[in-house]
Amino acid sequence: MAYDPSYIRGKVAIVGAIDAVSPTGVLGVSERDLEVQMIKGALDNAGLSVSDVDGLFGTGMMMPTMEMAEHLGITPRFTDSTMTGGSSFEVHVQHASMAIALGMCEVAVIYFASTPRAKGKGLGDMSSMMGMMDPKNPMPMIEWEIPYAPIMPAGAYALAASRHMALYGTTSEQLAQIAVSTREWASRNPNARYQDSITVEDVLNSPKVSSPLHRLDCCLVTDGAGAVVLTSAERAKDLKQKPVYVMGCGTAHDHSMMISEMPDIVTTPGVISGRDAFKMAGITNKDVDILETYDSFTITVALALEDLGFCEKGEAGAFVADGKLGPGGALPTNTNGGGLSYTHPGMYGMFLLVEAVRQVQGQASDRQVDDVNIAVAHGCGGVLSCTSTLVLGSEDAL
Amino acid sequence: MSRMLMGTSQVAEPFWEGTKEKVLRLQFCKDCGKAHHYPRNFCPHCHGENLEWKDTSGEGTIYAITVCYKPGLPTMAASVPYTVALVDLAEGPRMMTNVVGCEDPTSAKVGDKVKVAWEDAGGEKNLPVFELA
Repeated sequence: MAYDPSYIRGKVAIVGAIDAVSPTGVLGVSERDLEVQMIKGALDNAGLSVSDVDGLFGTGMMMPTMEMAEHLGITPRFTDSTMTGGSSFEVHVQHASMAIALGMCEVAVIYFASTPRAKGKGLGDMSSMMGMMDPKNPMPMIEWEIPYAPIMPAGAYALAASRHMALYGTTSEQLAQIAVSTREWASRNPNARYQDSITVEDVLNSPKVSSPLHRLDCCLVTDGAGAVVLTSAERAKDLKQKPVYVMGCGTAHDHSMMISEMPDIVTTPGVISGRDAFKMAGITNKDVDILETYDSFTITVALALEDLGFCEKGEAGAFVADGKLGPGGALPTNTNGGGLSYTHPGMYGMFLLVEAVRQVQGQASDRQVDDVNIAVAHGCGGVLSCTSTLVLGSEDAL
Repeated sequence: MSRMLMGTSQVAEPFWEGTKEKVLRLQFCKDCGKAHHYPRNFCPHCHGENLEWKDTSGEGTIYAITVCYKPGLPTMAASVPYTVALVDLAEGPRMMTNVVGCEDPTSAKVGDKVKVAWEDAGGEKNLPVFELA
């Protein structure tokens, strides 16, 4: 069957979105209760109810959507527990859009909650994975990377940054500017974990973690939760919110949790996912009003800017140096304060979606960018492993 | 420094046996001629299953490198700061490793030539690390 972008483009809309984040970083509610709160909250935002849901999308260890459907007492006819790390939620939007466009479900909910702070669990200690392994057949990462004791996940991104700097002359100051611009957005978001402005020097003077990355080049570890609701463009017209249409989507992955397996450590599969999403949407980079892009680390943003085509490969350092990602800049990026300053509960992709939706709907209060018709949400999961790109637009953008 | 392995796989037994004699071995594909790492039961380049183990030169080039300022494992606490690097072996494959033996760990750079070195990993096995060549 020949590919035709019109199968999906504009056929499906995000009609409800909600997130829960605290400036303390701690939510004090269990993950299951948060998930239910988010599902109900997003449906209420849309003007729908739990009984309308026939497609359920979530992440977790064991049959998570089955657990959730049982908990809610619903019987989805489309279910998806795809787990690609932080990009899972963009992948879920892609899959939900396909399912709704084909009539295989009509109201899809994508949900997420994670409380690493409440559980007192850091993300840095890979030895916690030891309980999961068979010593005779360990996961490759256990045998071939962990003995060398990289600080994970920061070490993987630090390796990418080291090569980007060696090949292209990218500087720590340039990467720091990404954290500075992102903090400028966070200062306009009363729910952000960190709201005080910072300078490039503050980033460079923050403790070294895994060179060339400093503490302020790294995302937060906070609790957080969110959900979005999708339905057909037809049904969207009768609901409470301004529909945010799925104009394009694309996903690709080229390795899993081992950074040593990444074919080219300074080029992510965003080259493919971005190309496919932009092609389906029929847009170019110039059409993009705001960018919500995964910022697990400053280098993650730099690579995404290049791989999505906002600048040439190797030029992201110079591209961001004038502050164009910040408020008033030419490419408003991570307008909620991102994973660097707003929230980062292990997987950040849900918050890219929620912020993109709010900006297109004109509901982003003090940080609202003028006339947002096209937003790009670009997730990145694993260690630069799986990217998923969405082009979201207003009715005017269709 | 004594190093800890948290499990070795059956397919990699010749690799770990080689480390007892401080020999770095890789799997080569008899069909397409390419080497690969990590070990598996087929060639990831051509997907053939006609593989053989060969000793390598132990030489390589730093592809990417980071200095860890806190330990990635509790057992490495006394070694901070230490490097974690990706090294491109002369035979083609890339592996994660540590570049050791530098008085200043920040002195090892992307593009530097390195040669394999060994650290005791228990049970007569050694962990392949690298030194500047």
